[in-house]
Amino acid sequence: MLDIRQTVEKPRMREKISEFRVGDTVKVSLKIKEIIKEERNKKKGSKEKVTEKEKIYPFQGIVIKRKGGGIRETFTVRKESHGIGVERIFPLHSPIISEIHVLKKGNVKRAKLYYLRDGKKR
Amino acid sequence: MIGLIGKKVGMTQIFSEEGKVIPVTVIKAGPCKVVQKKTKAKDGYDAIQLGFGEVKESRASKPCIGHFKKIGLKPMEILEEIRIEDLSKFKECDEIKVDIFSNSKFVNVQGITKGKGFMGVMKRWGFKGMPASHGTHRKHRHPGSIGQHTDPGRVFKGKKMGGKTGNEKITVKKLSVAGIDLEKNILLVKGSVPGSRGSALFIFSDLNVPVNLQTTQLQAENKPVSVEK
Repeated sequence: MLDIRQTVEKPRMREKISEFRVGDTVKVSLKIKEIIKEERNKKKGSKEKVTEKEKIYPFQGIVIKRKGGGIRETFTVRKESHGIGVERIFPLHSPIISEIHVLKKGNVKRAKLYYLRDGKKR
Repeated sequence: MIGLIGKKVGMTQIFSEEGKVIPVTVIKAGPCKVVQKKTKAKDGYDAIQLGFGEVKESRASKPCIGHFKKIGLKPMEILEEIRIEDLSKFKECDEIKVDIFSNSKFVNVQGITKGKGFMGVMKRWGFKGMPASHGTHRKHRHPGSIGQHTDPGRVFKGKKMGGKTGNEKITVKKLSVAGIDLEKNILLVKGSVPGSRGSALFIFSDLNVPVNLQTTQLQAENKPVSVEK
């Protein structure tokens, strides 16, 4: 029965995954569809022109967690933006992720880097 | 109505094109075989009997083996009947596969839910129970009062009480079809379906119904049939 479930999951999973571990600094490139609405001819009844644009939006930070297995696997990236911690959870096999680029290998002794949330002691 | 017998494989998730996660149940649906045709003349109603799965001949009962031997098949695990208007479409030993659902957006799934045993009133109906302290004595998970006084002098029917829960036949309607694998006979359905992994399911669709089904439903209710365009 489990084998059958894998026949569903396998073809939907990402084939090439750049290896990365907890503690690595990564740059996740996300494909984002931007919908731009333009109004033309305001006199003669507004005709909307809707254009879709694909944009690539990077999210750079430290991987603090990898969780789950198979198609359900997710990872959490933490970055600090203007002094405020921002975390995003990504499904590893999500089609909106175009690339995961490892910038720096980390050297950590934990599986989950929750201690980063506590911040620097001043 | 057209349907199939299947088995629940388990749940997983898939991604939509926009990257949204869709929770799906994987069902091994079919292939089923038409084991018997029931006719109005002989049985009082028109239906086809579908068979699914395999059973060792040593494990099957003799009446079961005989039933399948009549049409030259090996004994099957599950049998289910579907009422059908036009019997001439089907022959015995015909194979029915998942492709019957390839045009349908929604399916209904019937199965037997997981048995929960005897459940108390708090778990079964979400009652609040009795207070934890302030003099409550051994009645922390009780329902409290279940009625009034000499008038009416009885407990009303349908009063929510503890009892055996689950292990009953449930139909989940209008589950959207998330994907079909015709080669491997796999049906993906959005959301959950009753039963544990490996339990038998009956999947059917109202939407592939022949056009004259409405009239048959009215006939069944003994209402006058009027054909309108």
